[in-house]
Amino acid sequence: MSAAAAALRDLGAPEFDVAEVRRDFPVLARTVRGRPLVYLDNAATSQKPQAVIDCESRYYAEYNANIHRGIHQLSQEATDAFEAARTRVQQFLNAAQREEIVFVRGATEAINLVASSYGRGLSAGDEILITEMEHHSNIVPWQLLCEHSGAVLRVAPIDDRGALIPEEFGRLLGPRTKIVALAQVSNALGTINPVRELIELAHAHGAVVLVDGAQAVPHLAVDVRSLDCDFYAFSGHKVYGPTGIGVLYGRRALLEAMPPYQGGGDMIRSVSFARSTWNDLPYKFEAGTPNIAGAIALAQAIDYVAARGLDEIAAHEQGLLEYATQRASEMPGLRLIGTAPRKAGVLSFVLDGVHAHDVGTILDGEGVAVRTGHHCAMPVMDRFGVPATVRASFAMYNTRDEIDALFTALVKVRGIFA
Amino acid sequence: MADLRDLYQELIIDHGRRPRNFGPLPQANRRADGFNPLCGDRLTVYLRMAGGVIADARFEGIGCAISTASASLMTEALKGKTVAEAEALFAGFHALVTGVAPPAVATLGKLTALAGVREFPARVKCATLAWHTLEAALHEEAQAVSTEETP
Ligand SMILES: Cc1ncc(COP(=O)(O)O)c(C=O)c1O
Repeated sequence: MSAAAAALRDLGAPEFDVAEVRRDFPVLARTVRGRPLVYLDNAATSQKPQAVIDCESRYYAEYNANIHRGIHQLSQEATDAFEAARTRVQQFLNAAQREEIVFVRGATEAINLVASSYGRGLSAGDEILITEMEHHSNIVPWQLLCEHSGAVLRVAPIDDRGALIPEEFGRLLGPRTKIVALAQVSNALGTINPVRELIELAHAHGAVVLVDGAQAVPHLAVDVRSLDCDFYAFSGHKVYGPTGIGVLYGRRALLEAMPPYQGGGDMIRSVSFARSTWNDLPYKFEAGTPNIAGAIALAQAIDYVAARGLDEIAAHEQGLLEYATQRASEMPGLRLIGTAPRKAGVLSFVLDGVHAHDVGTILDGEGVAVRTGHHCAMPVMDRFGVPATVRASFAMYNTRDEIDALFTALVKVRGIFA
Repeated sequence: MADLRDLYQELIIDHGRRPRNFGPLPQANRRADGFNPLCGDRLTVYLRMAGGVIADARFEGIGCAISTASASLMTEALKGKTVAEAEALFAGFHALVTGVAPPAVATLGKLTALAGVREFPARVKCATLAWHTLEAALHEEAQAVSTEETP
């Protein structure tokens, strides 16, 4: 049990009411292949509470209209809700200003936006530092940038537990380092990086830092000002919100100086064939009709998470992780991939003599949904010398019974492959 | 519910664990690499063509039980076949695992053990990886084949 969970218990605080939480998520009531669904693929995408589903459909049923464009009532209502969602995200991240919140499709688009736009300022010989545990979406945009700018990609290594090696990271920073991009939480390993310290180190070398928060936002309270990051990216769908909506936070001074990412409606102030001028922040980066329903429902998801309490959620998930790690250590032939001292609710592993893909199919037969494969982190697989892993990842609605179901199903895998 | 035992039959487990014709083929005059980026499976198919028939076929690589067993059974089935016969076999096998045709035991023999794959659409790519790689080897396509159009 984590210190936080233990402290809660000692204080006599009410246990996190998982049964009540589960009632809020309609999909959890369904069966898969005749068994109750055990959904342990939350790092890929989380399930949605009824409040979020209702919020999205209410927009379409009651005030569907384009935003920033109409003087009619519906357009006004939609615009107000969309802009209120921006303010909600601003509060959630503790950003200084609402203009620093740009709505995008997801973490991937947020990172591409920075690579394309901020990246325009890079030239041959400049360096970009990432880590060995990054998701492909925090590798490939930088490779593309290196290709056309002549910048060089550097990769900070991880140790055998899947933890970043801070000394190596420090050694790779230099006067040519222009951008540092790293995950706050690794999707393949669960490692939580000490981003605040790393950001401080990077800033000392004059680099700007982008934090990929896709896996962090559902599990820990994030404060971009306390982290002092320059950019922060996350996806709505991993934090109980809809797909197709995500957020880029950017420090105002940086966003102001950056050229637009895409051109189109909404992002301009005036257009003529001779010259167009750009709209103010954040609209400069929001060309075209955005995912209006998605943004509004994301704010609803944030409300939901806030009402449950991120600290309570984190304590509950740490309890699950510790229990699952314990059970894993008792299972012969199971090797955990990712054993860093600080981890979020991700249990990545391989079973001796059974390919992850076969494990996944058999678990699915038992109603247990996990991810198998390289988790969009092929360099991590190479680092640990495995083609793929099985990954169980936890959310606020998971229970110990579900972890028991996972391990019961793993015993069945053993039976089939005996 | 599709039974997992239909998918993981003894024959599949056996060929998955102890694949036949596994390893390089020094006398090969055709080869191709296959890759399934979704699950990380990689394999290489080697052929020795002689007198218009497949005189020998071997493979190596890493993969799940389904892809390994499929490759193993494939190499067994290929020996002595002409290119046209091998392609007909692939067509029959493809129909088998995608479920568009009933299992034709007469022509497919032991390969029918993989019929269970039809109930698991996510695994069809595992079962056909070796075969797509075979196709590339037969036609000596230089590029590694991938189960995904855009990796
Ligand atoms: C660490 C990390 N970064 C980025 C992403 C990309 O998120 P999305 O696909 O929602 O853009 C993911 C999603 O899997 C992730 O886990």
